[in-house]
Formats: sequence, structure tokens, C-alpha cells
Amino acid sequence: MLKNQDYIFRNLNGYNSYKLSDARKRGDWSNTKKIIQKGAEWIIEEIKLSGLRGRGGAGFPTGLKWSFIPKKSDLPKYLIINADESEPGTCKDRDVIRYEAHKLLEGCLLSSFALGVKTCYIYIRGEFYNESKILQAAIDEAYQNKLLGKNACNSSWNLDIFLHRGAGAYIAGEETALLESLEGKKAQPRLKPPYPASTGLYGCPTTVNNVETIAAIPDILKKGAIWFSGIGKPNNTGSKIFCISGHINKPCNVEEELGIPLKELIEKYAGGVVGGWNNLLAVIPGGSSVPLINKKIADSVLMDFDSLEEVNSSLGTAGVIVMNKSTNLLKAIARISRFYKKESCGQCTPCREGAGWMWRVMERFVNGEGTLEEIDTLYDVSKEVEGHTICALGDAAAWPIQGLIRHFRPLIEKKIKENNFKNKVA
Amino acid sequence: MIQIKIDNNIVKVKPGMTILQACQQLGIEIPIFCYHEKLSIAGNCRMCLVEVKDNPKPVASCSIPVIDGMEIKTSSTMVRKARNGVMEFLLINHPLDCPICDQGGECDLQDIAMSYGRDKSRFNYTKRAVKEKNFGPLIKTVMTRCIHCTRCIRFATEIAGVPELGAIGMGENMEVVTYLDKSVTSEVSGNMIDICPVGALTSKPFSLTWRPWELNKTESIDVLDAVGSNIRVDSNNNEVMRVLPINNEEINEEWISDKTRFAYDGLKYNRLDVPFVKKNGLYKKTSWDNAFNLIKKEVLKTSGNKMSAIIGNQTDCESIILLKDLFTFFGCDNFLCSQNNSMYKSLPRFAYCFNTTIAGIDDSDLCLLVGTNPRTEASMVNTRIRKRYLEGNYEIFSIGPKMDLNYDCKHLGNNPQILEKIYNEKHFLSKKIRKSKKPIIILGDNIFNRKDAEAILGLVYRMCIKFPIIQKQKNDIIWNGYNILHHAASRVGALDLNFISSKPDFNLDKIYSLSKKKELDLVYLLGADEIETKKLENSFVIYQGHHGGYGSKNADIILPGSAFTEKNATFINLEGRLQQTFKSCNPPGEAKEDWKIIVALGKRFNTKFNYFSVEDVKNRLRKVNPIVFSSVNTIIKNKFLKFGKKRNISNLPFDLPITNFYLNDVISKSSKIMKKCSDEINNKNL
Repeated sequence: MLKNQDYIFRNLNGYNSYKLSDARKRGDWSNTKKIIQKGAEWIIEEIKLSGLRGRGGAGFPTGLKWSFIPKKSDLPKYLIINADESEPGTCKDRDVIRYEAHKLLEGCLLSSFALGVKTCYIYIRGEFYNESKILQAAIDEAYQNKLLGKNACNSSWNLDIFLHRGAGAYIAGEETALLESLEGKKAQPRLKPPYPASTGLYGCPTTVNNVETIAAIPDILKKGAIWFSGIGKPNNTGSKIFCISGHINKPCNVEEELGIPLKELIEKYAGGVVGGWNNLLAVIPGGSSVPLINKKIADSVLMDFDSLEEVNSSLGTAGVIVMNKSTNLLKAIARISRFYKKESCGQCTPCREGAGWMWRVMERFVNGEGTLEEIDTLYDVSKEVEGHTICALGDAAAWPIQGLIRHFRPLIEKKIKENNFKNKVA
Repeated sequence: MIQIKIDNNIVKVKPGMTILQACQQLGIEIPIFCYHEKLSIAGNCRMCLVEVKDNPKPVASCSIPVIDGMEIKTSSTMVRKARNGVMEFLLINHPLDCPICDQGGECDLQDIAMSYGRDKSRFNYTKRAVKEKNFGPLIKTVMTRCIHCTRCIRFATEIAGVPELGAIGMGENMEVVTYLDKSVTSEVSGNMIDICPVGALTSKPFSLTWRPWELNKTESIDVLDAVGSNIRVDSNNNEVMRVLPINNEEINEEWISDKTRFAYDGLKYNRLDVPFVKKNGLYKKTSWDNAFNLIKKEVLKTSGNKMSAIIGNQTDCESIILLKDLFTFFGCDNFLCSQNNSMYKSLPRFAYCFNTTIAGIDDSDLCLLVGTNPRTEASMVNTRIRKRYLEGNYEIFSIGPKMDLNYDCKHLGNNPQILEKIYNEKHFLSKKIRKSKKPIIILGDNIFNRKDAEAILGLVYRMCIKFPIIQKQKNDIIWNGYNILHHAASRVGALDLNFISSKPDFNLDKIYSLSKKKELDLVYLLGADEIETKKLENSFVIYQGHHGGYGSKNADIILPGSAFTEKNATFINLEGRLQQTFKSCNPPGEAKEDWKIIVALGKRFNTKFNYFSVEDVKNRLRKVNPIVFSSVNTIIKNKFLKFGKKRNISNLPFDLPITNFYLNDVISKSSKIMKKCSDEINNKNL
């Protein structure tokens, strides 16, 4: 349970304006100069100490990621904020930009200073038109108040922030595909290594961070790493925005500490499952790309990176999609499958061909067509896709199906048997 | 050197190598589709997955560099399973049309499916079908077969330098297209056919004719330009069916130009197959015997100083030396090795060779093109320049007509006097050449066709000494940046055999004027098909060659010879490298190999032509020029001797020898494919 004074995003519900005057009241852009004066090393050390893990889905420790950036380099360095939030079920970055834009910008300045970056790009999803307007207005406001630009916040550090709108590809949210897109090419993930930390945007050292990660940086630095690491669980420290959607009474975005029980999260903030907790069928705990969990697991699972990994799922972006017993689960997973089939970039073989294959089989299951052997084939195909691709989209396409077969295989079998019986009778 | 472990073998490899290269070095075969050693790494086919210790996922070996102490497994269950999976994915949307696919028999997918494919497909749904694309008159597309390896896209953008190909669409709807559905406007586009691992891109002219295993394969060289690209001629039924490149890192790497690859159908049309004699303006078939008798009669009528012999662009060294011997026997000295007014007199070998060598371009750091367009005159030299250009830190400048090159080239103007400015340090380039460590200067062979050729050569000679174009250490030349870019395959060989008149200013115009004045009674054209024979009306013209062209138009006697695919002959390429063509077909009809015709003719006279085989003629060649003709496939270091004269240079602009890349010699002019290319590509873009 997050204490009242520990909230990072105080305006997440949007009661106040994103504008600078309101943001200042919430504590943004205060003491920024002092923090910068403490030095880049101190900032990186503090972030490492805080145990902040990336909020974009993979949960990679941010401090560690930053330490990969070469300190001495003739090439310019870049910081890129990944605001290409397209994961179905996830809407946290949108609200951060809408209501806490200045927190993000302050985070940009502090992170850029820590990394020695003078140019920062914010790659925002193309569909976030209004959000891009808001963010641009916030950037303009910050420039006018000399918080950004030359000698930002009187800290003698120069930082330029550019906003770039994407063109609507889900895969552009993958960090290297984002770099390609930013360079003006087709958004296709790059081969790794080399990692962006050494060869990123235009071949220069680059860090790509999620909006929420960067927006959390100012508060961590202001309140201290010990404060942040005191929240949540060891190795899963801090608070995080959970986006709860689906068959619940009150869909919402809520900031809570990591390690909160799923049941508590749903019941307390989202008004409970439609039809009561017992009406729950399954939960996708981290955005559409992670394997779903059934009610039995959902009863007791804690919402943090490690706990969800233990139950063969993942925290992902913490986009909790709740499905009650009125859901046609096969149809839901088939729809997710179709999404990944459509959004596969087409570059590498397993994802390009496998995503389409899996979707076709799922569609057959929805209609009750297919045979019992096809379930095994589908599982096999999903295993052939998983881990054999350039980026993680192959995994994302395979996991929902693996989750479905793992927990709800009888459901598929029942559907096929019913249909076979119908056909026989007819 | 670092130590790694591959399949329990401990090996030492160079750092920076990829896992794939290390495995190949060890002889372990790893299946690949998208990887090509001359192209950038894409890593998208996922076929080359291997297991690396402490890595939960298999990694793409084509893109991961080796690290000290790495333990790699190339045949573990994990690897096998991963590759089987990838293979299955590649095959689910690949049509099962191998029986009617031109790639059948030389298809990577077919081969690798033998070891990694399943016996039965688990994909029982509708397969993808993709509309054919227009890649131009040379490349046939069956895009349903495409496995999206993107080799063609990378080839077009990197090697060919025409970013006209790309992949559009996402996921399984991704398609390789030419964006606007236009022909690919590259002079090396045919190589996409070779690098395509499946039958998506195949040769349009060759389509559905023969299976690769039904063809007789002959390794030979190409003579349509002076580069001497190494080729493999595939023939069947005494007909050339296709031409493919052979890897030669020193000349053409593994590419060839579209003209080399597709002009072969010109060997079928317009051929001379029997001797002809002109009677009352009409050509009548005649026997070899009769033709030789007629020639003998004409020769005996006149004297040696009233004769002349001219050779064409594709004449081999054997027939050149025999023709020279024959006419020297007649007492004739009027030899011409080019079909224009070029002056090659008293030039050391150094002055007419591509001294840097084609592979040497890789080492250079500045390039000055003078009166030449390498893209049309020697496409393979051009791809080398582009290759060097892509490595970076390379500046290219040109003096001559404005050209469309596939790299950045700063055009300095079209005035030979710019060279003078550079020499006199009144040009910004002077400083750059002086600063550069390995500059090269490439002169087009059309500069010999100028009245001030000697003056330009003299100036370039002085430039070579003044600037580091030629660098000497004691008596050795350590860097040689002086190059002549010939476009005729016979030129260097003819010059090496000194097929030049000893008279000063003896050139084509002189022949025309002598003929007009009735001071020239007999002209022998050996494959010289660019001569305006109308201007030789007063002379008896003998044309020996394989195609009916301009040269044979008004000839009095036509002797049918053989093309380069029909004889074992010697050619010397622009670098001065001696290479051989090999016979893959017989000449049509009564046509004979050129050296045999000249020997037979020689025997009518009192010559001592005791040649019974090509080897005998080659011995003669070795006797005439032992240094050049006794070393096959190597480059002789030429002595740096003074050449050219100190004279005034005119401001007459340079001109280029080739105006139409696709139709510039007798074979390509007869080719229907080349005509199509010229209409569809050349007239619009190149």
C-alpha cells in the first residue's frame, strides 16, 4: 500500500493542469540545479542504488543500462524517450504525458545531464495527437522559462529536446526499430549486438528509456535512492502505474507499489471484477504480449517482475486486462494473435510466417474447427517462434497462445469436440 | 588471435570474425539464406542459428562476433530444432513449384530443405500468393517464391548503387518491390539473379529453357569490354544458353555486367556462316577456296605499301599476330589497331595499361576520372570504385562530359586545360592530390583519339612525377596511380604485339583519304566493324568476322570467323593480364576459327606458316613478346619510361567512346535482349 506522501505522479487523475505553474506546485523543476551540481556520477550511482527497473516492459535495471554508455566518446550521445506506447491494455505513458508532462521533461534534463547528452528525442506514438500537442506546449513552456535549451535551469548544461511523432507501427516501440524509424527508415528492429549503448542513433551511443522510467527519475533524485528502494520488494523496488482494464467496474490508471497483490489491486482501485471475484476467468497481467494467468494464480499472485515470472507470466508494462466468465477466451486470444500477425515487421522468418500461422489456427479454434492434434502443433509452432527472432515481437506473439494452452487447453478441446459432435449429428 | 571452441574443437580465430566465418574456416557448414559475404549483414533469415554456451536462446551466427573463450555448438538438439522450425516457416508459404522453377537444381532452399525440412507439411491452410513485379527486361520475378532474405535489396543499394528496391508492407504481407514498378536501372542488375537464393528472381531470357544440369559448362572470359570478367558459358546444342560470373577477386569479384550476362543471344543472330563474294553489288555464297583465290589475285595485283590491315575490338591475340606476320610478308606496314584516329605510336607498355590494377583501386584514396565514364566503359571497374567509395574517405573527381555515376563524383568541367591548371597548382585539386597518399588518375582511351593526345599524355606524365601518383622507392614503383581505361578487349593485346604502323600520323582518316586518292588498293578488316566501308569504295575490302555489321556492309569478300565463345584464344585485359577464352560451341556453318583462316590464307602465298594448332600460334606469340605472353593470369610490372610530349593542349572538350551501354559492339548490337534493355532502360535513365 503506497503511502500518501510517496506518490510520484500526483496528478495522474488529471485534476490539475499539466502546465508549468501547476507542475511547480506539485514540486516539479524544484532543486533541479542543485541536483545537477551534485554531478553525473552521483546521479547514476543514485539510480543504481534505487534499483529502478525499466518501466517499458522488459524490466532492465535503468542504472545498469546507463552505465553501458561510454563516458569518453568523440561522438555525440543521444537520449531517446520511448513514448510509442502501443501495447494493448497499456495507457500509462499517455496519462503521464497528458497530466505530468513537466515531470517527464525534468527527468529528461536530469538523465541527459547524467549521461552527457545534449540532444534528446521524444518519440511519441503517431496516434497520440493531442498528447503530442500537450507535450510540445510543455516543451515550449520549459524553453521560455529557460528550463531547457542553453544553460538549462542555470546549470550551465545545454539540452535540446525534440518531439518526433511516429507513423503508427507497434514495432516502432522496440528500441532499435525506434532508432530506425527516427532515422527515417522503415521501423525494423536491428541486430544486437551492437547494442544502442555503443552504436545507436546515427551510429552514436544512445539510451532509450520509457516515459515512466524517466518521469520517475526527478523524484528519486530529490527524495533519495533509499526512499525509493524502501518501497516495494527487494529487486522490485518503487512504485509503478498499473493500467487496469477489461471486465471491471471502474477501469483506471493507478500508481501503486510493486508487489501489491493482484486481487487487492483490482478490488480496491478498479471496483472489482464485474460479477464478483468468483466470476473471474483469467487475467493478462502485463499488456497483451504476456501469457495470461487463470483465477487460481490470480487469487494470490503479487504484481511485481519476479513474482509474475515465477508463474510463467510477466509484469510487462503492467497493463492488467481482466476477463470474467462472459469472455470468449479463444476469441480474445485470436484477436491478440491477429494484432501480432498484423504488427510483425516482416523482417525475420519465424515471426513473419509464424504469427500468421498461429493466428490462422486460433481462428479455426474459435469456430470450433480443427483437430485435437492441432493444439499440439500450435504449441509447437509457438515454441518455434519464441526465442528465434531478432526482437521480442516473436515472443510476444507466442506467449499469449502458450498461456492459453497452458491454462485453458480443456476449453479448446471442448470447443472442438462439441463442433465435431455437431458435424456428426448433421 | 583468440581461442574458441566449436563442437568440441578448440580453434584459434582472428578477433572480429563472426561465428559463421569461424565455422566456415573450420569446414563446418552452416545453412544460410540472407547472409552474403559481399553484402551487409541482415541476420533476418534465422537459418544460421547456433547454440552458444550460457545463452538461453540460439544466436544468429552470421551477425555475432566471436568472443574469447566462446563455446559454440552447431549441431546440438537445440540448434537442430531451431533450424527445423525456421525451415518449416520458410516453406509454409513457399510454393511447391520446383518442377517448373528455373532455380531448380541450383536452389539454396531446395538444398537446405533436404537436411532440415520436414517430410510432411503441418500447414494445411491457404498459402500466400504475391503478384509479380516488374524488374525490367532482364529479371523475371515470381514473388510468391520470395523468402524475404533481402539480398536483392541490399545488392541494389550497396553494390549497384541504385536504391530502387525495397520491402513494403508488414508481417506476412511484406513484399520486395521496385517501389514504382519500373525497371531496375542498373548496369549490374543481373547479379540479383545469382544472389537470389530461391527462384524469385530468375533470368528472363533463360526462363523455362533448360535445366542447369543439362548444360555444358565452359569457364571462359568476357570480351565485350576490356575488363576480361571471368565467366562461365553454359551451352547446349551448340548454342550459348546463359552466361554466369566466376569468382575472381582480382577482376570482377563475383559480379558481371548485364551486357556480359545477357548479350549472348546476339551470338545467334546476324551471323556470317559462309564466305561471301560481292558481284555487281550483290553478295553471293562462295567456297573458301574461291575466296582465297580471289584474295590472292587482288594481293598479287598490288604492292605492300598500298595495303592496310585494321583489327576490331574483339580480335584475339593469335589472329592479330598472324595477320601482322602475313601483311609484313606482303611488305605492308599500314597497321591500325583501333577504328578511329588514335595515336599509340612509341608508347611504353606502362602508358597504355591500367597500372593500379582493378583490385588496387581498393587501396587508393583519391580518384580523378579524365574523359571516361567507367560505368559504361568498364562496369566492373566502376563497381570497384563504388566499393572503395562506400568504405569512406574517398573523393572522386571527373574532367569530361557530365555523367550519371552511382557514387558522388565532383565534376570539374569538360576542358583538358583543367589538367594544366592542376599541374601548375592553380586548382584546388592540386593540394588534394599532393596530400593524398595513394591517388589514382584514370584516363579514357578516347584521349588517344585527340589531336593533342601526346600533349595530354606528356602533361599527365609530368603530373605523375610531380604528384604522388607514381611513387618510387629506389628503383621500385611502390604506388602506381596512372591508368588508361580501355573499352576494347583487343587493344592492349594489339599494342603488346605492336600492331601499329611505323609511319607517323597513320590513322583512319589517312586510310580514308588514301582510298579516295586511289592510293590504297586493299584493306583487310579483321573484325573491324565500326569502319565506314563506304569511304573505302576505291579499295578491295576483305572483311573477316563473326557478325554482319558496318564493316561487312560494302566489303568485297566476307570471311566468316568465330566469336569469343567459339575459340580458344588469348586476350589481354586492360590491366595487361593475359587470359584465355575457351571454346564452348562450334562456329556456325562453314565459319572457322580466326587464326585458321589467316593461316590458310597465308599458305596461298610463300609464307612459312607452319601452324597446326593454337599452341603453335601461342609459341609464336611467346616469341614475339616473351615477357607478356609467357605469364598467364598475372600482371607484369611495367617499367616507368617517359612518354608523351610537351606541347600545347587545346580546349576541345573530351568525348566518351560509348554512348549506349547496351548497344556498343557487334554482338550486343545483334542482341534482341540488349535492344530491349536499350529501349526500356537506357533511353530513360542510364
